[in-house]
Amino acid sequence: MKPLLKVSGLNAWYGESHILHGVDLTVGEGEMVTLLGRNGVGKTTTLRSIMGIVRKRKGEISFTGADLMKVPLHRVAPHGLGFIPEERGIFSTLSVHENLLLPPAVAKGGMTIDEIFELFPNLYERRSSPGTKLSGGEQQMLAIARILRTGVRMMLLDEPTEGLAPVIVQRIGDVLKTLKQRGMTVLLVEQNFRFASKVADRFYLMDHGQMVGEFPVSELSARMDTLHDVLGV
Amino acid sequence: MQAFLGQLLIGLINGSFYALLSLGLAIIFGLLRVINFAHGAQYMLGAFFAWLLLSYFGLGYWPALVIAPIAVGLVGAVIERTMLRRLYTLDPLYGLLFTFGLALTIEGTFRYLYGASGQPYATPAALAGGTNLGFMFLPIYRGWVIVFSLVVCIGTWLVIEKTKLGSYLRAATENPVLVQSFGINVPFLLTLTYALGAALAALAGVLAAPIYQVSPLMGSNIIIVVFAVVVVGGMGSIMGAIVTGYLLGVAEGLTKVFYPEASNIVIFVIMAIVLLIRPAGLFGRDA
Repeated sequence: MKPLLKVSGLNAWYGESHILHGVDLTVGEGEMVTLLGRNGVGKTTTLRSIMGIVRKRKGEISFTGADLMKVPLHRVAPHGLGFIPEERGIFSTLSVHENLLLPPAVAKGGMTIDEIFELFPNLYERRSSPGTKLSGGEQQMLAIARILRTGVRMMLLDEPTEGLAPVIVQRIGDVLKTLKQRGMTVLLVEQNFRFASKVADRFYLMDHGQMVGEFPVSELSARMDTLHDVLGV
Repeated sequence: MQAFLGQLLIGLINGSFYALLSLGLAIIFGLLRVINFAHGAQYMLGAFFAWLLLSYFGLGYWPALVIAPIAVGLVGAVIERTMLRRLYTLDPLYGLLFTFGLALTIEGTFRYLYGASGQPYATPAALAGGTNLGFMFLPIYRGWVIVFSLVVCIGTWLVIEKTKLGSYLRAATENPVLVQSFGINVPFLLTLTYALGAALAALAGVLAAPIYQVSPLMGSNIIIVVFAVVVVGGMGSIMGAIVTGYLLGVAEGLTKVFYPEASNIVIFVIMAIVLLIRPAGLFGRDA
């Protein structure tokens, strides 16, 4: 599989604190890869550094062959990369519809508004409500939907299931499977590896700002014991 | 009754200037988190550009109404790009101190060049004269100021609330980093916003030129009241700035009828009361 995203030797800092200590990872075209790890090991920072939100960073990030290290934040999305933050980032002063239309399309092949409303019927019903009047699950759907409209090739998705009811988690799992069928590449951060095991092709295990393990989904059950140790669950 | 209606109108005229100026301040504060102390100087620059255009190029009121705001907007864009931008990562106090220093510098320069006394600026011929409303004689120019500023305020509000550009501005006010990650050029949006705020101040300055004299200190006289308006309306609230501008203008006018001695302080008394009861302002969201 051709790597779409290749990260090597990535170091990143928040102010003075050194968070990432040489992260190496690759994500192939159309692959769904999950970062596992305890709280505070640098999973979110990895996504934010790849996107270019964390600017104090060193190392190499190549996406579709382009070097992202020197690209200013607002020029990253046009390369075909979308970021969905853990806090979802739904705007309260914008309606659901405005939230959906906010990110400019960066490439052809994004979902149309009709396709999005078909995939997320709730959003259609609530389209004129203020974005933050939605439930947590609906906000997560909206956060994913608005990135799907833009036509990006890869999504960086940070803990989409956090704090959501099991039925909503299942719904998000279905959405991710649909996206996978459409050829979307996803780098997912997830604590809930029961959820992750249903959608991911491959896992990275992260600790102390580095990758400490990598395995395909087929080895997940064999590694359960070590995972429980490392994740402390 | 006559005095009442008369002062109500005068209040509306002053309120028009308060609304236009506090609108610009609110837009700038909302997105840039900068308390723009140079706003009064930008208002003064608008009036001076109109006067300079007339004195040196023979261009009258109507061209000045277009050219002066554009020129001051461009000056604002240069200030944001070259100086203000460097302060965003620092405490907001630095932006306040910088714009305060900028205001003193601009006003000092104009006082040096043109003296402290005001320059007269004639009312445009098309709006000269007045009309008798029955209860008072209304100079047509003042009626124009009320109507035109209301149109500009509502127009600006519509652009922010109803257009795509406005949705970028609102979103970037809430979470600039995420908006930038969507591929929107937020640094450019910041420049545009500062330029727009400065242009609105300059527009108010041109409108004010025929009513007040064009003087280097005209901005520092009005800006303190405008800051009170923004505080009462709620920092960063666009609609709050507009409505409060007119309301406080009227409150000031009506105080002149009932208790003239208090008319200079009534706005600040209202500000103090609002701060005690609703610190976020009448239209502000509780933090």
